Amino acid sequence: MELNLNMDLGSKSKKTPFDKNLKFDLLVIGSGPAGLNAALYGKRKGLKVGVIGKKSGGQVIDTTSVENYLGFEFKTGEDLVKEFKNHVASLNVPILGDAEVEGVLKTKEGFDVKLTSGEIIKSIAVIIATGSKPRQLGVKGESEFLGKGVAYCAICDGPLFEGLDVIVAGGGNSAVEAAIDLAKIANTVTLVHRSQFRADQIVIDKLNTLENVKVMLQTEILEVKGQALMSGIVVKDKETGNESELIANGLFVEIGYLPNSTFLKGSVEFNSRDEIKVNAACETSVEGLFAAGDVTDIPYKQIIISAGEGAKAALTANDYINRMK
Amino acid sequence: MSLLNEQIQGQLKEIFADMKKEITLAVFTKKEGCETCADTIAFMQEIEALSDKIHLEEIDFDTNAERAAAYNVQMVPSIVMLNDQKEYLGVKFNGIPAGHEINSFIPAIVEVSGAGESLPENFMEKINALEKPVNIKVFVTLSCPHCAGAVQKAHKLALESPMIDAEMVEAQTFFELSDKFNVSSVPKIVINDQYEFVGNQPLEVFLEEIAKTQ
Repeated sequence: MELNLNMDLGSKSKKTPFDKNLKFDLLVIGSGPAGLNAALYGKRKGLKVGVIGKKSGGQVIDTTSVENYLGFEFKTGEDLVKEFKNHVASLNVPILGDAEVEGVLKTKEGFDVKLTSGEIIKSIAVIIATGSKPRQLGVKGESEFLGKGVAYCAICDGPLFEGLDVIVAGGGNSAVEAAIDLAKIANTVTLVHRSQFRADQIVIDKLNTLENVKVMLQTEILEVKGQALMSGIVVKDKETGNESELIANGLFVEIGYLPNSTFLKGSVEFNSRDEIKVNAACETSVEGLFAAGDVTDIPYKQIIISAGEGAKAALTANDYINRMK
Repeated sequence: MSLLNEQIQGQLKEIFADMKKEITLAVFTKKEGCETCADTIAFMQEIEALSDKIHLEEIDFDTNAERAAAYNVQMVPSIVMLNDQKEYLGVKFNGIPAGHEINSFIPAIVEVSGAGESLPENFMEKINALEKPVNIKVFVTLSCPHCAGAVQKAHKLALESPMIDAEMVEAQTFFELSDKFNVSSVPKIVINDQYEFVGNQPLEVFLEEIAKTQ
């Protein structure tokens, strides 16, 4: 029997309390790798730092294995998050969990960060590190069968498909890794991707050794079908144009991410994909407002890149705060 | 063999130091036909050993129908948490709360002991207005990192209202029940066996769905 104890749900008295009435030097919105590293760097510079987070650890926590973070040959996503959080906790950074930000308003003295609860927290500078969320296929039947076969978290829902036939949509590392994991539980796994693999060769090689996995590249998913539960998908072979139906009990969608930026629409400049535009120093179009990680328009969404961007944003913010004080 | 290693034991002892009053883990089991009952009891014995305030009581489901009914226990293993007055506050776990569910189970112990924080005023108004009984089932898998968050919310609501009964259901152990409610993504929350949603949604969403039962 395994236990995955996650200490921040425990003793409240030992956590650094988050004082909502304090005027912060730096508020970090988001508690994934970018947000946590920004908090670490900001705190070490001596700033009054606070973190507002919705999902502690961010998307990393849904990752089965991380094998490309320097210094760790292998970590589960959750264990890596634990290392991040312990490191930040050792510096007594207050973290407001389960909180969602509704808007960030620039004022004369800095920023008003408004929570969905109606509360307002003040800060001189703000770093947006809200990350991204799984992208949907956008095909007929996808939302209808959400939770009825269509899933977005392989480690969560995989066990429910024991001995069944599943499809994984996508061709990047997350899709290939989901397929590898699901192959241990499911009867068969079919990986369907509309173009060629984007995943690292090392994981593709591993996938190819599995006997119950079938790969269909250059194949587009057109529809999810079913009655009470999904029963299969309709696909189109992009080379021949032929349409066919694949029978399956589950569809795991792993086709990339969309930035969590909606709450800032209109208050800061986005690119065409709704990612926050930043320069090399993580500055946005609004002075004093910085952004880092998957929510920004930087290329390559990787854990280590997000963490690095978080550090950079905090250092730029520190310079800004020192000028303002 | 010990399930909890020394490091986890130490961490749990530290958390349990925050407990206010005593609690009882009433564990319903069956002598036969229950694959996970023995493991659940062994696990609970180790938890019990970590604090003087935690007591364990094993109850045979087949010969204690009345008590099972009093706590709305319908499957085994089922862990019912009772406060120092041996009252049931609506906090129950069906199936072994291992894996990630340790993160909903441990806080539940601390909260049932009276050490919880209360919910904001705007939530309490809605909770206090409930007139009809509400049952919340939260289906989980033990490998789901955010399921424990949904279980915690359901139990928090139960603790705040005598009208609410909240239970974790481990989907693989109780696969027939999971099938009945078409559980293929977790956490799946089913309210009064009728209203449902998927995901560790904010408390507002729980309350919206609960309002439909009234």
